[in-house]
Order: sequence, then structure tokens, then C-alpha cells
Amino acid sequence: MEIILSIGIGVFAASGVWLILRPRTYQVIIGLSLISYAVNLFIFAMAGGGLRVDAPPIIASGTAGDPSALADPIPQALVLTAIVIGFAMTALFLVVLLAARGRTGTDHVDGREPER
Amino acid sequence: MSNGTLLLVALALPFLGSIAAGFLPTHARNAAAVLAGSVAVAGAGIVVFLYAGIADGEPVRLWLPWLPMLGLDFTLRLDGLAWLFAILIFGIGALVVLYARYYMSREDPVPRFFSFLLAFMGSMIGIVASGNLVQLVFFWELTSLFSFLLIGYWHHSATARDGARMALTVTGMGGLCLLIGVLLIGRIVGSYDVDQVLEARDLIVDSSLYEPALVLILLGAFTKSAQFPFHFWLPHAMAAPTPVSAYLHSATMVKAGIFLLMRLWPVMAGTDAWFYLVVPAGLVTLLIGAFIAIFQQDLKGLLAYSTISHLGLITLLLGLGSPLAAVAAVFHTLNHAIFKASLFMAAGIIDHETGTRDLRKLSGLYRYMPFTATLAMVAAAAMAGVPLLNGFISKEMFFAEAVAEHTGSLLDDSLPYWATLAGVFSVTYSLRFILGVFFGPPPVGLAHRPHEPAHWMRFPIELLVLICLMIGIVPSLTVGPVLATAVSGLLESAPPYYSLALWHGFTLPLLMSFIALAGGVLLYVALRRYLESGIEGPPLLRDFKGQRIFEKLLVTISWQWARAAEAALGTRHLQPQMRIVVALAVAAALSPFIVNGAVGAGGLPGSPVAPAFALLWAVGIACALSAAYQAKYHRFAALVLVGGAGLVTCVTFIWLSAPDLAVTQLLVEIVTTVLLLLGLRWLPKRIENVYPSRPPLKVLVRRCIDLSISCSLGGLMAFLAYCLMTRPVPDTVSRFFVERAYTEGGGRNIVNVILVDFRGFDTMGEIVVLCLAALTIFALLRRFRPAPESIAAPEQQRVQNAYDEAEPDRSPGDTVTDYMLIPRLIMNWLFPVIAVFAVYLFIRGHDLPGGGFAAGITLSIAFVVQYMASGTRWVEDHLRVLPLRWMGIGVLTSAATGAGSWWFGYPFLTSHFQYLDIPFIGKVPAASALLFDLGVFFLVVGATVLILIALAHQSLRSSRAAQAAEGGD
Repeated sequence: MEIILSIGIGVFAASGVWLILRPRTYQVIIGLSLISYAVNLFIFAMAGGGLRVDAPPIIASGTAGDPSALADPIPQALVLTAIVIGFAMTALFLVVLLAARGRTGTDHVDGREPER
Repeated sequence: MSNGTLLLVALALPFLGSIAAGFLPTHARNAAAVLAGSVAVAGAGIVVFLYAGIADGEPVRLWLPWLPMLGLDFTLRLDGLAWLFAILIFGIGALVVLYARYYMSREDPVPRFFSFLLAFMGSMIGIVASGNLVQLVFFWELTSLFSFLLIGYWHHSATARDGARMALTVTGMGGLCLLIGVLLIGRIVGSYDVDQVLEARDLIVDSSLYEPALVLILLGAFTKSAQFPFHFWLPHAMAAPTPVSAYLHSATMVKAGIFLLMRLWPVMAGTDAWFYLVVPAGLVTLLIGAFIAIFQQDLKGLLAYSTISHLGLITLLLGLGSPLAAVAAVFHTLNHAIFKASLFMAAGIIDHETGTRDLRKLSGLYRYMPFTATLAMVAAAAMAGVPLLNGFISKEMFFAEAVAEHTGSLLDDSLPYWATLAGVFSVTYSLRFILGVFFGPPPVGLAHRPHEPAHWMRFPIELLVLICLMIGIVPSLTVGPVLATAVSGLLESAPPYYSLALWHGFTLPLLMSFIALAGGVLLYVALRRYLESGIEGPPLLRDFKGQRIFEKLLVTISWQWARAAEAALGTRHLQPQMRIVVALAVAAALSPFIVNGAVGAGGLPGSPVAPAFALLWAVGIACALSAAYQAKYHRFAALVLVGGAGLVTCVTFIWLSAPDLAVTQLLVEIVTTVLLLLGLRWLPKRIENVYPSRPPLKVLVRRCIDLSISCSLGGLMAFLAYCLMTRPVPDTVSRFFVERAYTEGGGRNIVNVILVDFRGFDTMGEIVVLCLAALTIFALLRRFRPAPESIAAPEQQRVQNAYDEAEPDRSPGDTVTDYMLIPRLIMNWLFPVIAVFAVYLFIRGHDLPGGGFAAGITLSIAFVVQYMASGTRWVEDHLRVLPLRWMGIGVLTSAATGAGSWWFGYPFLTSHFQYLDIPFIGKVPAASALLFDLGVFFLVVGATVLILIALAHQSLRSSRAAQAAEGGD
């Protein structure tokens, strides 16, 4: 499991970075989405106790939870926040992209077409 | 009220007065003057009241801790030396205010002038009353800033702006050096507290950091006090209104440097380094200033250079390092402040009444303004060092010190000659001031006939000249005690024996005074013809202009170097910058492995591989790679592929026990996709075949570099993730949260309890970010101008509308309505279903996966579905969605829930829970965190809907714009 998830994170990150190095704004926005998946999964994978199957951090009524029996809730809480903020940033970036496109007439990241 | 608090009041009053004056109406000249005057008088009153304790040798102190662990506290300390400066600042300040009331024109925005002046006054008091060196530097910088504003007060004049900028640049740079110097002192002594620094002379002088600290501090003091070679800013500061010059260049601004030298004199003076740095600087300034002053044609220029010269004299005295010289320095500081303030004021009156300050045009004014002339003559005589005036006594002390033996070096031995020469010069320029302005033939070509000024405008000069005379005639009765207090404050010990008497018998200093007086008169007579020829600037030094060098330097640094650096390092392209950022990140992540050696995977066995999981990720990897490949030309395909990658992420979350994440990820995925779909419409058509044959080599190389960067980053990230996953993680705060989630948070879903209870404040910040992002998007889209080629209706719509128009029984839009008939019906019915699901997610959130975020996004999807099914117009005719209100209610609910715990005496966002027994339903958990989550819910709904609607509205607006454009044709 670990090796698969690591490779997956690596590929997501590599694809995302390739895209944010591209010249068109739409590529950058897609790249940022991929990078945010990679980073969220990376943080999520740093859970204490390793990857756990069938151990959601939900406890029975009226008890104190047993940390060794449950998945680590902290990375999950962090990633939950990150997902929402990531959404806000994607939306904001999309609008900036559209505004820049309207103003400059191009979707190149430099705000002008390169000279050829 | 204790003395310390009184001192704090004296410091705060000018600043409060400054703010108050800033709010006065633009032309409230009298109100502003009364305000400023009463602040200065009140401050002077407080300082006088504090004298009794200080005279007994006990400084007034006030200590307010701020960051004690860093040695940074707000400390006030007023000893004898600081007292003398404080009384000069407030006393002369009050007189300047009175003078300025008459000097400033009715047309000027006078309250602003007084506001700056008061703030400057407060900053000066801050310097002298600081008991902490860093705090002193802070106020020091404040004086630089406010002097900039004061000098540039007439900002419509280019000379004023240039002068102000130059003063700020020079003194600001000095201030920076001073700050570093002070930090070095703090490092040597281990404290910034003035009391402790003053006790650490041996520590400082023996330290290896002594020389650097000394040089830096002297740079600060010399720039502020206009010592050679930094003197050039002062004459240019004469573009300020004359009350500013009278204040800044007599008692305050330039004396701040002198004060600093005196403050640190006990711990830094007396070494060879000090002597050979300070004495030459002072001596050169003294001589050059006096020499140039003789040849000035501008009245204020003459006074400016004479100020430079006198500051040099004081610096020279402090450089000698003997206690007696320090006494003379303090005394001359006081005297210079008094006679120079009155001289500046007199020059201002002459300017005010005649309309010119040019010595070539002025003459014979005695017959028009005899009172002013007499006062100015007495003050100028004090400046020249004529007996029976205060300047004579301190100059006599200076001559005595020049004669005395200090280091026995050539420089020390030659001092008497240089001192006498400087005395000769000062007599000459004083004579020129008096004879040139007040005597000779009546002036010709003046704008109006000069006359005496208003009496209250002259009053400050009268008072100051009276003090000159009193100090000059009966020094020990008037100034003796104050001087003694100040000197003991400076020396940190009992003052040496000195005599303030007027007559010491026939001594060498008296002879020097006599030579200076006689020599000065002779020199004036000799130069008279040359001066009358009206040549600007002094001989020999005429072509040496500090200003020109300064400007050259500025241009070199801020223009030539900056452009060279920009050309070498800057780029207007984003991609190279991104490349560098990512490459640096890779390098930074690799560096620990290089420094500490490589590591391999950890020892944990890891969980067994599930084939389905492997298959899932094979799909995910394929999605990511093809998205990267397709994003340039096939945007829609790329969007679908990224959605696939998102779904794989989502399933991974479920698989690995994170149901909350999976729910949120899935919902966010939906909203993001809708959002990007809405955005696609506004992007340009793809450019086909940028490179018809094959890309040029440059492009290929660039792509290779990018590929290697991204591959190395991906590989590194995979490696790191694997290494970390196969190692045990040390115990974290997780244990705390897991154990207390139910017992103290009242919820079974630990992740949700963390978000809304334990770390509620973080979540609060997060929803505010979401809120701000949504508002920014809203604001950006209000001014959205789509690219011209995107304005027309999309191709599909055009085809449909053309078809509808061609058919006789159809109206435009019918086709799309028909297409959407069934989906629309279903989607309309879905609204209540999705809404109920959102409520369900919200209510179960505290115990099971769900919560405010998930519920909020779900409800916003319910809204968006309506927009998609029925179109913007239909929805807004049938449903009033007010996303801004939702957001407002959300933020307020969360904040009010948090603030509610104050009511019960707990910190912000402390939560409470209990179980309520509701009939028929049973026990229901009710936590205050639930209310907080409700706020989150409202805000997320509002923000998401706002973003989506704002974007959706663009097609309405632009189609309207397109119609308007067509109608216009």
C-alpha cells in the first residue's frame, strides 16, 4: 500500500509541477489542482500509526477513544481545512485568470504572447 | 501622580496634540496655535516640576515591560542632561509656536504644520527621555521622518521637496547605522538599558566590537548633527518655513546627534579611537562651516553654515574627552540653542517684512525696524562671542580647552591656532550679518516698505535675547545650577571644578578672544569689497558641492545600479521564476540528505497490497499524466481527467479510514468542476499548430529542463513519502484529542470535534479566508471585461437560435428548453432532496462523517443545480438567493458563539455541551460547538454560491453587452 500511495503522490506532484511550468494559465490551474491532491495526500499519509484500513476516527458513545485503535485524526483535520482553502484558491485563481485574459487579450502567464 | 507617570504624560502630550491638530479644519490657524502652544507650555511646566528631584541626582524613571526577555521595554529616564535638553525642546518649542502663529500665512494649512511640529517635539522628547537605547533609536527615526515632513511642508516647491528628501536620506541612513551600533552595544553589555550601559564602560571599551560600534554610532550622530562630510543636507533644509529652521537647527534635530554623543560620552569617550574620529570631524566642520558662512548671500544660508560650525565646535569639545571640555560642550549647546533660535527668528522677520533674504538686496534696515535690529545685533554678538553675552563665556571655555593638553599629539598641539581662526571667522560672519542687513544705504527694489513686525512675533526674540544677556552677565546666578545638574547627568559623577565667572584675569583664552574679535573685524574689512561683488559661494570651496556628490551617488545607486541589476537578474516572464522556485525547493529538500548522508526506507513492515488499490492508482496515475498532456489543447478533456484524479484521491481517503475527507473532497470536486466549466467559456480558442513542423531547439531544451525538474520533484516527493510512511511517528497531540473528543467535546467524530471545538479558532480563521476569497472574486468580476472574441454567444447557442428563428412556430431558446425538459424537472425536484441531505449531513456532523463544511457545499450544490437546469433568469425570478447575507450571518454566528463564552467568563470559543432529552426523539447532543458549526455552514453556502453565481452572471452581462453593441450598430 505504502509504495503505491508514494508513487501516486510522486506522479501527481510531477504532473502538477510540469503543468505549472507551462505557458498557458489553464495549464497552471490544472497543475495547481494536481499539486494540491499530491500535497493533501502527503500530509494525510503522515498519520501516526501509519495507513489504517477500517479504523475511522469515530468513537463509541460515552467513551474516551483509544489512540492505538483509530486512524490519526490530526492529519485528517489539517487536510479537511486544506481542501476547502484549496477550493477557494482555485476559484480565486480562475477569476484572476479570466480577468487577466479579458484585460490583456491573451491567456499566456506573462500577460502577453511571446515573440516568435 | 508619580514623577514617572508625569514624564510619560509629558511625552504623550505632543503626540496627542499632534493627532488633535491634524483633525482641525484646514485654516484654523489660531486654534492650532493655541493647542500647540498649550501642549508646549504644559510640557515645559511638567519638566520644570520634575527638576527638584533630578537636581538631587536621582533621575526620573518609568519602566513598562514589553518584551523583557529580549531586553526591549518601554523605559523612560530623565536625568540632568536629558532635563536640560527637554526644557530646551519644550521652552524653545513654545516660543517657536508663538512665532509661527504670526509667521505662517493665512493661506497655508497651518494645523497640519502644528501637527507635524508637535509630533516632532514629542519625538525629540522621546530621544532625550529614553531609558532604552533601542527605544532611543526608534524616536530618533521618528525625528527624521517628522523633520522630513516639516522641511517639505511647502511641498509645492521643488527645493523644499529636494531638501526634505536629502535630509531624510542622510539622517535616515545615519539612523540605520546607529541602530546597528546600538545593537552591538547591547550585545557587548547584554542590555539596552541606559543605566546598565552607562555602568559598563570597561566592558565596552575593552570589547573587540568597540571600534565597529563606535564608528556606527558616530555615523548616526554625525549625520544628524551635520558634521563634515555629511553637513550638506543642513543648508538645503533651509527651504523649510523659518519657524522650522529656528526649531530644528537651534535646539532640536541637530542637537539630537550632540545629545547622543553626550549620552554615550561616559562609556565611549576618552580612547584614542574616539579622539581621532571625533576631534578631526568636529574641527573640520568648525572651520569649513565658519569659512563658508562668511561668503553666503542668503541670510538663512549664513545662519545654516554658522550652525554647522557651532555643531562642529561642540563635537570637537566632546571629542577631547576631558570632563572640563564636556562641561563646555553642554554650556555651548545651551547657549547656541538660545542665540541661534533668536537669530533664525530675526531672519524670518526680515524675510517676512521685506520679502527677501538676499544679503545683496538687504541693507539699512535699522531705520525701519530698530527694535528687531537691536535684538538681532545682540544675538549676533553672542554668536560672535562678544563679552557680556552668553556666547562669550562658552567660547572662552572652548579656548581654554583648546589650549589645555589632551593627547600631546600634533593635532592636539595645533588646536589653539585652529580655535582662534574659527573665532576670527565667526566674528566676520556675525559682522556681515549685522552690517550687511541693518546698516548702509536704504534698500532698493524691495517688494514693500519694511516695518516692525507684530509685537508678539518679536516677543520670542526679546525673551531669548534677555536670557542671552542674563547668562552672559551673571552666569553663576542664572544658569549655574542647571548646568551643574546637566553636567553631573552627563558625566555620571560629580562635575569637575569650573568657574562660570565673567572675568578670570588676563589669561591666554582672553587673549585668544581678543585676537578673534580684532582679527574678525580686520578680515571683514579686508573682504568687504569681495563680498559686495555679489559672488555666490566661498572661494576655494566654491566648486566642491556635497549636494552634487550626493545626487550623483543617488542616481548611481537608485538608477544605474538598479537598472543593471534588473537587466542582469530580472525578468518579466513567469516561467523562469517558477522554474527557479521549484528547483530551489528541490535543492532545499535534498540538502539534508547531502549534508547528513542518504537514508533508505524505514523498518516498518507496511500493510499488504490490495490489488484493487493498485488498480485504482493505476487509473489515478493515468489520469494525472494524461491531464498534464492534454491541458494545453484539450481543456475539457483535461478537466475530466483531473476530476478522475480527484476521485481516486477521494476513494483513497475512504479506503484509508478518512470518511470526512472523502465526503468533503467529493463535494468540493463537484463544485470545482462546475466552476471550471463556467470559466472555460471565457478562455481563448486554442492555438492550432504553434510550431507547424517541429518545435525549435530552444523550446525542446526548455521542455527537457522542465521535465527533469518535475520528475526530480515527483521522485523526491515519492521517496520522502515512502520513507516517512515506513517509519514510526512519534507521539503527537493526537492522543489528547482522541481521548478527550467525547468526554470533553461531546462528539464522536474526532475530526469534526477538532475542527469546531479544539481548534475552533483555526476554523474561524479559515472561514474568514474563504469569505475573503469569495468577496475578492465578487469584486473582481464586477469590473470584468471579457475578451472581445468571447462576448458573442457560444457556437452551440447560435446554431440553436438560428434553427429556432428559421422555424415559424418556434421562438429563440425553445430548443434548449426542450432539450432540458426532463433533466430540468428532475433537477427541480432534487432541490428539496439535496437540501434535506445537507441538513442531515450537518446534524450528524458532530458524531459521524459530515459537518458544517460538507453540509454547506451540499446546499450550494442544490442551488447550482437549479441554475444549471433552469437558467439564471428563471432561478432569480423564483428564488431570492442572497449569498452576501448568508456569509454575513455565518461569520457573525461563529464569532458570536465564540464571544458567548466570554459571557460565562471563559476564553474566546470555549465550548460547552450537554445532552438534551427531547420527547419522542430521545437524548440529543447539544454542544455550543454545533452553533459554531452552523456559522461555518452558512458561510460556506454563501461563499460557494456567491462565487458560482458571480461567474454564471458573466454570460448574462456579456450577452446583454453584445445585444447593446448590435443595437448600437
